[in-house]
Amino acid sequence: MNDLPDDVVLSVENLSVDFRLRTHILHAVEKVSFQLKRGQTLCLVGESGSGKSVTARSLLQIIDRPGRIVGGRILLKNGDAITDIATLSPDSNAMRAIRGRRIGLIFQEPMSSLSPVHTIGSQIVEAIRLHTNLDKKAARERMIDLLRQVEIPNPDKMADRYTFEFSGGMRQRAMIAMALAGDPDILIADEPTTALDVTTQAEILDLIKRLQVGRGMAMLLITHDMGLVAEVADEVAVMRFGRIVEHGTVDAIYHAAGHPYTRQLLASTVKLTRQANVGKPAVMLSAEAPSPVLSVRNLGKTFGYAGNNTLRAVDDANFDLYPGENLGIVGESGSGKTTLGRLILRIVEPTAGTVFYRNKNGSEIEVTRLGKKGLRDFHREVRLVFQDPFASLNPRMTVKEVIGDPLIVNGLAKGKELEDRVAELMRLVGLDPMGMERYPHAFSGGQRQRIGIARALALEPRIIIADEATSALDVSIRSQILDLLLDIRRRLNLSFIFISHDISVVRYFCDRVAVMHRGRIVELGEAKQICTAPREAYTKSLISAVPNPDPRDKRMMHRQRFVAPINS
Amino acid sequence: MGARDTLGKHIDPALMVVDGPSISPLKQGKSVSIATIGPWRLIAGKLIRQKVAMAAGAVILFLYLVGLFAEFLAPALPSTSKPQYTYAPPQGISLFVTQPDGSTEFNPHVKGYKIEIEKVALRRTFVVDDSKVVPIGFFVKGPAYELWGLIPMDRHLIGPLNPNDPMYLLGTDRLGRDVFSRLIYGTRVSMSIGLVGVAVSLVLGVVFGSISGFYGGWVDTVIQRIIEVISAMPTIPLWLGLAAAIPLTWSPVSVYFVITIIVSLLGWTSLAREVRGRFLALRSEDFVTAARLDGSSEARLIFRHILPSLTSHILAVVTLAVPTMIVAETSLSFLGIGLKPPVVSWGVLLQDAQNIRTVATAPWLLIWPSLAVIVAVLSFNFFGDGLRDAADPYDN
Repeated sequence: MNDLPDDVVLSVENLSVDFRLRTHILHAVEKVSFQLKRGQTLCLVGESGSGKSVTARSLLQIIDRPGRIVGGRILLKNGDAITDIATLSPDSNAMRAIRGRRIGLIFQEPMSSLSPVHTIGSQIVEAIRLHTNLDKKAARERMIDLLRQVEIPNPDKMADRYTFEFSGGMRQRAMIAMALAGDPDILIADEPTTALDVTTQAEILDLIKRLQVGRGMAMLLITHDMGLVAEVADEVAVMRFGRIVEHGTVDAIYHAAGHPYTRQLLASTVKLTRQANVGKPAVMLSAEAPSPVLSVRNLGKTFGYAGNNTLRAVDDANFDLYPGENLGIVGESGSGKTTLGRLILRIVEPTAGTVFYRNKNGSEIEVTRLGKKGLRDFHREVRLVFQDPFASLNPRMTVKEVIGDPLIVNGLAKGKELEDRVAELMRLVGLDPMGMERYPHAFSGGQRQRIGIARALALEPRIIIADEATSALDVSIRSQILDLLLDIRRRLNLSFIFISHDISVVRYFCDRVAVMHRGRIVELGEAKQICTAPREAYTKSLISAVPNPDPRDKRMMHRQRFVAPINS
Repeated sequence: MGARDTLGKHIDPALMVVDGPSISPLKQGKSVSIATIGPWRLIAGKLIRQKVAMAAGAVILFLYLVGLFAEFLAPALPSTSKPQYTYAPPQGISLFVTQPDGSTEFNPHVKGYKIEIEKVALRRTFVVDDSKVVPIGFFVKGPAYELWGLIPMDRHLIGPLNPNDPMYLLGTDRLGRDVFSRLIYGTRVSMSIGLVGVAVSLVLGVVFGSISGFYGGWVDTVIQRIIEVISAMPTIPLWLGLAAAIPLTWSPVSVYFVITIIVSLLGWTSLAREVRGRFLALRSEDFVTAARLDGSSEARLIFRHILPSLTSHILAVVTLAVPTMIVAETSLSFLGIGLKPPVVSWGVLLQDAQNIRTVATAPWLLIWPSLAVIVAVLSFNFFGDGLRDAADPYDN
């Protein structure tokens, strides 16, 4: 067997993984080669479906059926000997000894990777006792030590809590502690921060990086986020359609990318670090001070009945939306931004405050007082674009039926006229009208989102509320959709309320930004000012936690921290 | 190994032009694009791949065809009794006859019976007499009947060439009636009572389930409590009571319908719960919210957006409900409170096998009707399971 260089702990050579499906074989991973070096981080970066997760899972022989390793070697240095993982049976003792003991894995979903019926501590103790001969007491001490290492406060008390008592970030810390339980020398992190908020993401990455350097582990980090790669990687391998298209040091990839796909990926990421170049916001263009098209005053929503168990999802929200303006609402999960969007549309009924809307004729309507009929008219002019392009389209209706439905319901078009209008809308959002008779399952995520946008545009709205409209999409598709929306705004003179957790998207797309935290709008201002010179401490911490896609300027490591005052 | 050499290299030039995941087709031939395939064809495609479900489906189809053409398929009429052949055992069909000169010739036949007296019990028993040959054939003339009560005919698929000869493929019962013919007539009644009963349950279940799930709140609470009360009732005593209330003077047909309704009045609750659960889940789906914001009325939301997503699930539940109905009818009739002679159903046939003497001396009275019930119920269950798995074509 070949010798591996001294610092290499794991070497993957020409690895191929096939999924034998009913009609065809999908080559999910094809001839992939890379090496993991002690104390170094290799980032496997790619968009959804590129095979990066399958690659990581094949190192542990935990590929989902019907996937199978069909070629190549996975050489693991085992003292002086070398083990080829690819030849081991997934159920063998040898393989089990490698999992956790030699290679630790951190999953993407901290919500579903921990058992809800065991305490956090007992789950980690189990992992420790699987890999060592420690007795219960010693294992518990080690577990508490691990929890301390992953910076969980009061580890001896927190160990006896259940999963639901932990926040997302805390769960991910517990997952990391579990991955470290067997003292592995290789750590695989599969999108470890994708499900987390940006500030939590920064903390978790910080932690992983410090643990990795401190323990001298080799790390394989799987991610789709080029910004994150720039912050933590030593080496980068770009994957696309199961192949590594480019492989090199992080600096070489970011500053001298050779492959057109890498360049395209970088370009779409870098593009979102600036504001779109579409001129000044409409507010400033118009000579006379325009009156807002939508005004929100003291809007609030309290869930639960009076008492201590109430949750103020939205608390005293105030803002104006001007014609032709893009207003961003940004905040972390649970900040109430989605609820705010739904309150405006009255999908959720507000418990306090008012919403005023100036309709086409210039008369002002109080939305919060509208009856059924009035609300229907309001919903024709203020439309919603959903986050999930899969759940928001009825799978049993053709694209024509989906886009045409609002037209039929409102009695605006039928027959040939309807078909023409749908075709026109499809062209407007960059879809081929030939696909009109197809069902949504025939379209990709980005195309489905375009269908959703076409449906929103069908009634010639004046305001579109986009609720995380791009967060389910890959980065290259994301910027395409944002450009499409900007183009539509210019052509149809729309206003947007753009709700997102992603600062880069808001920075690119919006003229003004409202930052939400715990149900309150903490700062509202010009997008440029918010993103470059935020005033509030919370906004500062939020902005500084956004990874910067440039390895020569790692901003995240110098971020500002914000400790929320404890009041509820 | 060549791989080690390429490891340090930046770009593999062969990979410069790639525009899709790499795929090797397993089967040659034209690939059908799924782009314009509707949901029903996707469901059918998924169902066809399930071999057990398809086999069960074929059995169900066969049983319904048997029920449909019962008069033609049965060699005899169900009520014709021949006292000289009581408890006659089943005969086997032979194809060749050995002539006295030793040559064999093709002549499908069954063997006749001869009577023997058991020495100890002094009981008459029939034994198959190898010397008596009863020639049989296809499409023979037999007892006259009216197909579906409309078309007068006298041809039968299979039967003895001489209508007066005995041919009892599955034996006879205590009155000398042909079990095979009665089983075929029973198929018609038993299989259709399942369908009719489920149809009633379906209407009740979908209506109450949709209302309950769509509106929620107090409407939901009321309907759910009613369902719980109904499901809490012990079924057998309730059936007993309801069946006892049917006047004896009613015609067998009206009794048949009343029994169906009794069975289905209790059967709709599970369907209603299923529909409600789906409604609750779908009500908060994004595409339903989208349709609401499009301005759709509630009726349109229910009938255009939610129900179509449910139909395949409902079909699966219904398929799984049919065997419950069949079993309910069988048990009722077996207990003597369901269908009564002269109506023939599997349950009525099993009534003849209630005592141990019959089981000991004429086991065919127990075996064949039970087998029919088991085959029918299993087929519906297998088919329903397959349908349920195929019902959501978008889950992967």
